Amino acid sequence: MDYIVILIAAVFVNNIVLSQFLGICPFLGVSNKISTSVGMAGAVMFVMTIATTATYLLHNYILLPAGLDYLRTITFILVIAALVQMVEIILKKVSPPLYQALGVFLPLITTNCAVLGVAILALGLENSSLLKAVFFAFSNSLGFGLALIVFASIREYLELANIPEGMKGVPINLLVAGLLSLAFLGFTGLV
Amino acid sequence: MANTIDQKQNFLKGIVKENPIFVMLLGMCPTLGVTSSAFNGFGMGVATLFVLLMSNTVVSLVKSQIPSKVRIPAFIIIIASFVTIVEMVLEAFIPFLYEQLGIFIPLIVVNCLILGRAEAFASKNDLKSSVLDALGMGLGFVLALTVLGITREILGNGSIFDYKFVSEDANTFILFILPPGAFIALAYLSILFNKLTAKTA
Repeated sequence: MDYIVILIAAVFVNNIVLSQFLGICPFLGVSNKISTSVGMAGAVMFVMTIATTATYLLHNYILLPAGLDYLRTITFILVIAALVQMVEIILKKVSPPLYQALGVFLPLITTNCAVLGVAILALGLENSSLLKAVFFAFSNSLGFGLALIVFASIREYLELANIPEGMKGVPINLLVAGLLSLAFLGFTGLV
Repeated sequence: MANTIDQKQNFLKGIVKENPIFVMLLGMCPTLGVTSSAFNGFGMGVATLFVLLMSNTVVSLVKSQIPSKVRIPAFIIIIASFVTIVEMVLEAFIPFLYEQLGIFIPLIVVNCLILGRAEAFASKNDLKSSVLDALGMGLGFVLALTVLGITREILGNGSIFDYKFVSEDANTFILFILPPGAFIALAYLSILFNKLTAKTA
């Protein structure tokens, strides 16, 4: 039951992009085509789940026992950066097609604040366990993917629309994101 | 090239012409995430300004010591150290702001503005220009966040810097202090910004 609540909360109610504002850069940056946004969503899903596993273990088995909790930010960002590099190298070797699909997005992910944000948020879960933290990260990456892909599909339509001169580019995208966020606000109170 | 006019331009460019939020779209997550009130926006802006200033200073000083292949991880460590300092100072002295900003304080590390300036500017320029660049960019960021925070607070809460100017039971546009309001307010502010800068150019 706990897990269903986590899933619904992460995907709809507290959507990571539209209500917590993490990962806005890729959300605005790579959302002009559905195909690229699917690739980005896949890469984030992959990295976020692995990174949270690693940082959760690091935090609970090394930093906490050693009393080094204040090094959290530094160690987490290093682990995530190293992990992204490693994933990139391994994917290139093991699965070239997957690398082709996700490769370009991987370097961008190090500075995706959603990954670091979820890794930190996962530490604050109630009665947390490794499984719960990993599931939390996975659910959040689904939420990220959902928001990104819905946004990209709207933007593909927008290309055909007749937009007033002053609103072209950034403003119209922000407005669309605002309306999308308004729609997700409707899920409040679901869990 | 480092004469006084250049330095003035260098300082001013971050505030208007290359404003990090309205023009370059860097550091959008904290911009949208913490600006539900003017004070939060201002506090976040100042915290970021401090980290940006310190990281630009240090990067500019040690740039010749860092092998170019590992420069990005090195920059990230420098930035993360200062973020940890900010985190500790805020927790100790301004716990109220620390609570309000929450997750966005450690996330200053991944603010693309800071790494972007370290990589694009401080690693190529001398100390004085880097400090001025950081001050200009940082002030541009503080201004943008404060303006967005003020706008959202007036519309959403009927107050400025917690000073309420409508009666307690007045209806305000609560939407603007909720997440969608962040996107919508920033959209209209950037239209306004574009309009204003287009005229002066």
